[in-house]
Amino acid sequence: MMNWNAICTVYFKELKDSLRDKRTLITTIVIPTLVIPTLMFGAGFVMTKVISKAKNETSSMMILGGEASPKLVEAFKSNEDFRVIETTEDFKDKISNKEIRVAVDIPAGFDATLAAGEVPDVTIYHYQGEMKSSMGRGQVSGFLVDYRADLVEVAFKERGLPLSLAKPFVVVSENVAPPEKVGGNAIGGLVPYIIVLLCFTGAMYPAMDLTAGEKERGTMETLLCSPLDRVNIVMGKFLMTFTASVATMILSLTTLGISAMVAAKVLAGSVAGGGVGGMGAVLIDPMGLVGVFAMILPVAVLFSAVLLTVSLFAKSFKEAQSYVSPGMIIIIVPAVLGMLPGIDLNLSTVFVPILNLSLVCKEMLSGVWNWEYIALIFASSGVYAAIALWLCVKMFNREDVIFRA
Amino acid sequence: MIEANNLTKTFKDKKRGVVRAVDDVSFRCEPGKIYGLLGANGAGKTTTLRILATLLKPTEGSAVVAGHDVVSAGSKVRAQVGFLAASTALYGRLTAREMVTYFGQLNGMPDGQIKARMKQLADELGMHDFLDRRCDKFSTGMKQKTSIARTLVHDPAVMIFDEPTLGLDVMTARAIVRFVRDCRDRGKTVIYSSHVMSEIEKLCDKIGIIHDGKLVAEGTLSQLSERYGETDMEEIFVKAVGGEAALLAAAEKQA
Repeated sequence: MMNWNAICTVYFKELKDSLRDKRTLITTIVIPTLVIPTLMFGAGFVMTKVISKAKNETSSMMILGGEASPKLVEAFKSNEDFRVIETTEDFKDKISNKEIRVAVDIPAGFDATLAAGEVPDVTIYHYQGEMKSSMGRGQVSGFLVDYRADLVEVAFKERGLPLSLAKPFVVVSENVAPPEKVGGNAIGGLVPYIIVLLCFTGAMYPAMDLTAGEKERGTMETLLCSPLDRVNIVMGKFLMTFTASVATMILSLTTLGISAMVAAKVLAGSVAGGGVGGMGAVLIDPMGLVGVFAMILPVAVLFSAVLLTVSLFAKSFKEAQSYVSPGMIIIIVPAVLGMLPGIDLNLSTVFVPILNLSLVCKEMLSGVWNWEYIALIFASSGVYAAIALWLCVKMFNREDVIFRA
Repeated sequence: MIEANNLTKTFKDKKRGVVRAVDDVSFRCEPGKIYGLLGANGAGKTTTLRILATLLKPTEGSAVVAGHDVVSAGSKVRAQVGFLAASTALYGRLTAREMVTYFGQLNGMPDGQIKARMKQLADELGMHDFLDRRCDKFSTGMKQKTSIARTLVHDPAVMIFDEPTLGLDVMTARAIVRFVRDCRDRGKTVIYSSHVMSEIEKLCDKIGIIHDGKLVAEGTLSQLSERYGETDMEEIFVKAVGGEAALLAAAEKQA
């Protein structure tokens, strides 16, 4: 029989006990509040620094040939984006070794060929996949396109033709999505993924400690000697696990939010416009976050109950870890699937646990509130959670599980 | 009062098939008396006591502890039982006071009563020096005292001891034995299991010898001595279980 006084007694004891356990504190509080934001912020900071440094640096390059094309060579040399280095035979090795970013090959008789109305090839040597070389290639290619446009303009003027003949129309693109929708789509897939993972890892340690850990230390038998009905012991332990899961999520979401805002301010200053710095400036609809949090609650119940059930079966903490760790992969798959384009909420995906959460979170973060689906997902998650909790109570009543030798 | 009637407990084991850990065991323990359950390792002592403490359910048979049936009224039985075993440990991150208080709360005692009881137990057991220290830093003696206080906090009518001196040093073991006698003197029903002959011989008013899940002999020390024509407890035990060959066979069956 359920007895809330008894459940609270167990719960508050487990809470006190867990708060004194360094390992629980590390996984539920220290990692989400300090390590994850530090890593994200640190990685973002380093990336922004590297990219902005690479962008601000002039592209080192070599010019092959071009003896008969002084005007083009001079244009390269006088452009402050480029640093033209004396040409050597081993230019390909130099590119491979990242000593120079690119080399441009101006064929012999380039000017004469042009004057004769023929089309010569200008080759850019670069190293595909290497960031700085790719940047250099982009710059050189952009420079050559501009240079070509100038030639076209001059030629048209000489022949008295209108410029519109070469450029009959202009292409303009304009974004109609409000800023929070851009944010929702850009990181809407990422947020549920992170939150599902945190929800799981937050519950993981206490679940193992309160079941397999207690069996290993011999306190489970002591606890079972008390007059409490097993269901009250299970509920107390379950509530503690659930608390840890929710606390981990709240703490990490808060710190992530704060560090995203700080990062946006700090990083936006170091990179002028766009790029990685722009990521931090993404706006998230706060109501969307509230919705995400509400939707994750039944999933946190599900995770807590499943983790308790699985860990209870183990004889020792170590054994529990080997059962629980694969679970991480099992939950990551549907969470990642939800991030993929083309997988949307429909009457079949709405009942797949975790995937449905991932999908509905993406929608809510981009301002779409599909209430029928939201209700269905909340209800189905609730049903799965109730089944898991019921199984957990069943397991606690099985003596072959409790006294597994 | 404990009354066990035809208790039987079977387990399924991958290697050995269905194992009868306890096989048709019946006995009675009276208030103010110590009933000793003597048996080799794996004879079925722990399983029997776990059934009496309602941690396990009997496959067949029944038991009444302090007036309640162990199957149908488990929590009422547990409210009247103090169970102390080598396998019932303390919460290392709680202090002795918190540990005892927690079990008082689990037994539904009001705070004032728990406080008074805590003081009384700490006085009797000499626990004041370490009451507010964490259990994981305790010596075995301190741990045993705290465990005893934990089993006694709700003043149970029945005490079940499952090899409580296992692995303890002489001084701590003697303190436990003294405490078991105390329980008897206060009129509690006490059941005490051990494989140490001398302990059982010194302590128990009535002795049950358990072998391979069966209760093979029962009586006071003088009754057993008369029946087997031996004065030494160890000799009585070996004769009761059917000789050394039977002991060896049982040990091999478990391996």
